[in-house]
Amino acid sequence: MSPELAGVLQLLALIAALALAYRPLGDYMARVYSSDKHLRVEKWIYRGIGANPNTEMRWPAYLRGVLAFSAVSVLFLYVLQRVQGSLPGSLGFASIDPDQAFNTAASFVSNTNWQSYYGEQAMGHVVQTGGLAVQNFVSSAVGIAVAVGLVRGFALPHSRLRSSGGTPIRTGELGNFWADMVRGVVRILLPLSVIAAIVLVACGAIQNFSGIHEAGQFAGGSQQWNGGAVASQEAIKEIGTNGGGYFNANSAHPFENPNPFSNLFEIFLILLIPFSLTRTFGRMVGSLKQGYAILATMATIWLGFICLMWWTEFAHHGPAFEIAGGAMEGKEQRFGIGASSIFSISTTLTSTGAVDSFHSSNTGLGGGLNLLGMQLGEIAPGGVGSGLYGMLIMAIIAVFIAGLMVGRTPEYLGKKIGTREIKLAACYILITPALVLVFTAFAMALPTPANSMTNTGAHGFSEILYAYTSGANNNGSAFAGLNADTPWFNTTIGLAMLLGRFLPMVFVLALAGSLAEQTPVPATAGTLRTEKPLFTGLLVGAILIITGLTYFPALALGPLAEGLAT
Amino acid sequence: MNNSVTNTARLLGAGLRALLVLTLVCGVLYPLAVTGVAQALFHNKANGSEIKVDGKVVGSSLIGQQGYSLDYFQPRPANGLGTNSVNTQYKLILSGATNRAGDNPELIKWVRETKAKVVKDNSTADYNVRPSQVPADAVTSSGSGLDPDISPSYADLQVHRVAERNRLSVAQVQKLVDEHTEGRVLGFMGEPRLNVLELNVALEELVAKG
Repeated sequence: MSPELAGVLQLLALIAALALAYRPLGDYMARVYSSDKHLRVEKWIYRGIGANPNTEMRWPAYLRGVLAFSAVSVLFLYVLQRVQGSLPGSLGFASIDPDQAFNTAASFVSNTNWQSYYGEQAMGHVVQTGGLAVQNFVSSAVGIAVAVGLVRGFALPHSRLRSSGGTPIRTGELGNFWADMVRGVVRILLPLSVIAAIVLVACGAIQNFSGIHEAGQFAGGSQQWNGGAVASQEAIKEIGTNGGGYFNANSAHPFENPNPFSNLFEIFLILLIPFSLTRTFGRMVGSLKQGYAILATMATIWLGFICLMWWTEFAHHGPAFEIAGGAMEGKEQRFGIGASSIFSISTTLTSTGAVDSFHSSNTGLGGGLNLLGMQLGEIAPGGVGSGLYGMLIMAIIAVFIAGLMVGRTPEYLGKKIGTREIKLAACYILITPALVLVFTAFAMALPTPANSMTNTGAHGFSEILYAYTSGANNNGSAFAGLNADTPWFNTTIGLAMLLGRFLPMVFVLALAGSLAEQTPVPATAGTLRTEKPLFTGLLVGAILIITGLTYFPALALGPLAEGLAT
Repeated sequence: MNNSVTNTARLLGAGLRALLVLTLVCGVLYPLAVTGVAQALFHNKANGSEIKVDGKVVGSSLIGQQGYSLDYFQPRPANGLGTNSVNTQYKLILSGATNRAGDNPELIKWVRETKAKVVKDNSTADYNVRPSQVPADAVTSSGSGLDPDISPSYADLQVHRVAERNRLSVAQVQKLVDEHTEGRVLGFMGEPRLNVLELNVALEELVAKG
């Protein structure tokens, strides 16, 4: 069997597995966020928090919950790293420097998991398992909560009137942040992670609490490796589209990703919730077809990118790859080019950033695809929660464009897209490009940041463009030749991650509030049918054109220059 | 003003309590439960899949080793591997890739030199390796630097050398390689490969038997 055919079969197996999980998981998540009942363990947690999970919040209150929880999380994680040197169970590892501790705290709370440290030499058990892995859970639960808030904005008030049975409803309420976040952790992320972690251990991922382990080598001498709760962290790292590796080599490390099956399984975990959330969305707005249209948009882009990646990686243009006879630099033999390409596209089209091959050693155009995938805003299918709300924002833009064409006030899912809504959506799509391009421009203009580059020329520029793209879009993968552990990069990428995560959330929730206050308008003959393939096509086009216009000049200086020169 | 300060403090307090409770659930109970199951059901795997020869640990089947003499099968290069620069009381292997681009002069040089070396090392009196026979995995570093595997074509390429140096017949060594070749999982996942450590352990047994 040729590697190309094996790649196609792996993709088909992946699609089949995702399709099998789509309905049950999507429907289950819709029930989780619509149910009036609280589990006993959730009641204990609410008592611990001191919050009433039945209080309905309007958007400002919901947003305050998001921001307060995240602010406390950044501070907690920062302090945990700063005192690591005195914490028991930390292998005697030293405390993390202030700039790196800030960067890492911002990174894990914003669901980015950009890592300017080397996991195995810097972070002990307490910080990894009790700090970083916890944020893997809660940051993704926050993402889903915000997406659910937006979906409720579209769905309310009609579905709420049905379920609440007599309690008076005020308009503009989005639900309860604490309840949504806790349910996401307890009912969705934890059960999935337990199963996934055990599957990964069965494949060979390690899971222990021993310290540094010294083993004799057959080749002579000995080697030292870290023990740790790797499988349990690996599971939520993929499921929550976080991406921060226990080890520096991330999912290329055999202890994180031991064999070809675990590799495909990890890609499945990355895509599982983001794709299934479109079913949840369809269920909650009362039209599964609307969910399928969003799903079709995501799947079209995802599949297109995988095919392009295969094409460029198997063709292996670039002097070093041509001499070697294949683009195997930075790739593991057990995965090969086919599966590594599926992984690298899936990780950059979601907000994951885990890697099983190193993107900096992709072909010029391959690295460009990774960059462009993130620049689309990570919406195909995107991070858990963030992918759905990002895509819904793009849908609003697409509806607006269609409205301009026919001269009608646009509406989406029965809600009018007026001046206020379109302003909020426009702000949303402007934030990340502004962060990426402004920070990249400063890094290139200043004398010292360029010293961090490993490669020169177009690829060196790509390293810096990639770093800010990855940070502001909350991806976390890297053209890792860039030495990002400098005060400049730690601070600016840290800021890009926080602003790139929470400013968009402000606009999403404001938009949700504004939609929730509206009474739905009935569909007429003139209403754009957003559940039809025509709309999917329009949406794909709008996404590609908007991203293309924004980033083309920057891409031309980096990956396009590199890819076309070889 | 006072009111909003109190409200903010109350909200941050709720955030802190939520974080602490969820840290207990996700950062203590969850990893402990998974560790318990893992240690009970998959003891060897959960602790690093160690391989023992005569009761002595010789490494992990998952972690590639560097530094085999030419009597043994050679692994892939690992130019991205490092040693720890912080917490230097340990000598940890630092996993990693070279992160060099396809047009990087250093990478071009590495690939060229490695290719020439593979051709030279593996050519014996009655077997001439042509540069076009050298597969890509033999001259490139993996993502982790710890790749435990090589491709079947790289193993085949080494058969004559290994046979000559260990005074074995080419057929014997080729048989060893064929036995240790793992196909794709279920016929389509990943790529065919040989685990270098397991292969070399078996080679040593074969040599000992004569």
